[in-house]
Amino acid sequence: MAAFIFKRILQMLVILVIVVSGTFLMMRIAPGSPFALERKLDPAVEQRLNAQYHLDGTLLQQLGSYWGNLFHGNLGESLKYQNRSVAEIIAYSLPKSASIGLIALVLALGVGIFTGSLAAANHNGGIDRGAMFLALAGICLPTFLIAPLLALLFAIYLEWLPVAGWGSLSNLVLPAICLAAPYAAYCSRLMRTSMLDVLNQDFVRTARAKGLSESAVIYRHALKIGILPLISYTGPLAANLLTGSMVVETIFNIPGIGPFFVNSVLNRDIFLVGGTVIVYFTILVTLNTIVDILYTYLDKRIKLW
Amino acid sequence: MTAACCLSALAALLFSCDANREKPGLAFVNGPEPQTLDPALISGQSEGRLAYCLFEGLTRLNETGDVVPGAADHWDISADGKTYTFHLRPDLRWSNGQPLTAKDFADSWRRVLEPETRAVYADVLFVIENAQRYQKGELKDFNQVGIRVLDNDTLQVRLIAPTPYFINLVGFATYLPTPLTVIEKYGNNWTRPQNFAGNGAYLLQDWKLNDRVEFKANPLYWDAANVKIKRVDALAATQGNTAVNLYFTGQADLILDRGLILPQILPGLKKRRDLHVFNYLGTYFYRFNTSRPPFDNPLVRKAFSAAIDRDTIVNKITLGGEQAASSFVPDLIKGYQPYAGIGYNPDQARSWLAAAGYPNGKGFPRISILYNSSQQHAGIAVEIQAMWKRVLNVDVELRQVEWTAYLQALDGLDYDIARSSWVGDYPDPNTFLSCFTSGNGNNRTGWHNANYDAILQAANREVDPAKRFALLRSAEKILTNDEPPIAPLFFYVGMQLYDPDKFGGIHGTPLDDHPIQDIYRKDVK
Repeated sequence: MAAFIFKRILQMLVILVIVVSGTFLMMRIAPGSPFALERKLDPAVEQRLNAQYHLDGTLLQQLGSYWGNLFHGNLGESLKYQNRSVAEIIAYSLPKSASIGLIALVLALGVGIFTGSLAAANHNGGIDRGAMFLALAGICLPTFLIAPLLALLFAIYLEWLPVAGWGSLSNLVLPAICLAAPYAAYCSRLMRTSMLDVLNQDFVRTARAKGLSESAVIYRHALKIGILPLISYTGPLAANLLTGSMVVETIFNIPGIGPFFVNSVLNRDIFLVGGTVIVYFTILVTLNTIVDILYTYLDKRIKLW
Repeated sequence: MTAACCLSALAALLFSCDANREKPGLAFVNGPEPQTLDPALISGQSEGRLAYCLFEGLTRLNETGDVVPGAADHWDISADGKTYTFHLRPDLRWSNGQPLTAKDFADSWRRVLEPETRAVYADVLFVIENAQRYQKGELKDFNQVGIRVLDNDTLQVRLIAPTPYFINLVGFATYLPTPLTVIEKYGNNWTRPQNFAGNGAYLLQDWKLNDRVEFKANPLYWDAANVKIKRVDALAATQGNTAVNLYFTGQADLILDRGLILPQILPGLKKRRDLHVFNYLGTYFYRFNTSRPPFDNPLVRKAFSAAIDRDTIVNKITLGGEQAASSFVPDLIKGYQPYAGIGYNPDQARSWLAAAGYPNGKGFPRISILYNSSQQHAGIAVEIQAMWKRVLNVDVELRQVEWTAYLQALDGLDYDIARSSWVGDYPDPNTFLSCFTSGNGNNRTGWHNANYDAILQAANREVDPAKRFALLRSAEKILTNDEPPIAPLFFYVGMQLYDPDKFGGIHGTPLDDHPIQDIYRKDVK
């Protein structure tokens, strides 16, 4: 297993270099200066700013100096939020996004597995149709619609939950639900399809023939295999959820990392873009590796090392 | 049970420092997360609002937008209008207890002018003798810059020309004093709450990224007794819906930005007492790129300007009660009557276009309107596109780009027509008109007119206010009527959302500045 993980890390480093360099170069080629203002900036000041951040010289020199910093563990400074380092911004905002993301992950998986397997067990029955209708709705309705609607209902009309902001556990509820909703729907559909497939397999027929109760057949035997596609989906899903969402965090005014992903690109805040890309990439690859390892435990037929 | 334990542990972990937070007397929505709180470096209105809480200049604007003494309690102006002597209040102190003297002001201004500071607004100090040369590095000796410390409480400033609005400028963010000893000690990190020192009505209690900036009253502020609200939170929010939701659920008491109050909800809001609308010094206009055909021809520019029905735009799209504009300077400056240039006149527009060689739009090249992504800019551009088709029979394309690309296109004169706006930095026509002198960085049209430059220079030397305004008005005539590089569309309105039964001390002001220290609660004794 150690050899497997080592190989994975090597692969990851190679891809990371390509992704980060590519991002950096594309950001520098894109039109617009990170220091531009509506009021004209004195060219001499802009030149000094560029020099300060090593954004003068050729593209390759700029990239070289960026990698020089990265090798020293320095993610650089934000160009937009002066006096905040990229590391500080990430350290401050990522845990907030991750805590909402973690709740959303549990919600999405829990709801998805439960409704998906229930629907599969009642194939073509009322529960199945009802659950799949809801799932379709969950996928189709965009977050920017669900979020204001939930806020309107639970915060403005019912006054059960705060409408936006950060500071107490109740602030996490609506964002987590909004974040989870479309993924719960995906999980549910994935789970149902996979379970239908499993329920038609020989070992399920054998289990039923042995006289096991239907719930034992489903929850003790079929679920273990049926859940595999969902497990492999959990890697990218968790990476997505833990790194926050621009839409949800903006609507609920959560000081998370989500908006930085988008705004740093629009602002040409190049080092912040690089930092967020590295974070997202690392989380994604790490989770995928964990999922692969989990796989071998759940399904003994799979061998990775 | 375990779940409850986990939850409370999670809460403790996430919000540990928030548990004992005192509820603020005022929480206002301040727009985007501040990029910096260093007065020498700030450039945005939302940062300015926070800086004015934390620092006080020689003068300041009061709640109604008038200049009142700040750190200086009085000043003398020489007969030629070029020398200002400021007398500071005695015994002023920084919030860390150190004395605040005239030297602090001189040092802070020197810091703004030092190229290493990279102050993006340094040019507002260029009215001071030799300031520009020092900033450009042509002059090494700061003693030759027109800033003199006469004694601890007296600062003398020599200007290049009589500058009647200088008394406003010294209250402007870039002129605020900064604590040099603190900056030397902590470098870039001096604006962190634990290091911070200021001389304003408030102290920086906490600064939570993308969440809020927390203020508490500064006990060492000279007028601390008149600072009514002791705890203030400035919330960061960029979405209009979120800001208004925070307001209506009581998490925010005040919204100060028109941009956060979306046009869609205005009809409903107008029926409420919470909405306060006022005019201020801001103009929305279109720029023409005069450096290339077809807009190198003044007749074409005049034709396009005369074909815009401004009333339709304010009545159909902006909806906030904005006034249609035909002058560039809003009519809000005492003693100045703006020159109303070209207005909506379809027949005149067609004959101008015909005279330029495009009768009924025949043979007119394909051109485009450049604007940065925003629902309002898009709505206005679509409307004007239709007007130009209807009146001039000209096809115009829309070119929407994101903000940084938009600025780059403006600077590089890579556009035909571009959506623009300008908000005054001080209440004087010069803040608008100086943009369009030849080679000014804010010109961005390629337009240059020797006569216009000469009039503005003459106005700068003029001591008599009435004569000066007459000169400026004749310059504005060139800008908006004779050979306009711009088409003014409408004047901005400012908006505030607050409960007038709960809060007082907030007014509409010409610069849309609302000092937080003057706000008081009516419902708390």
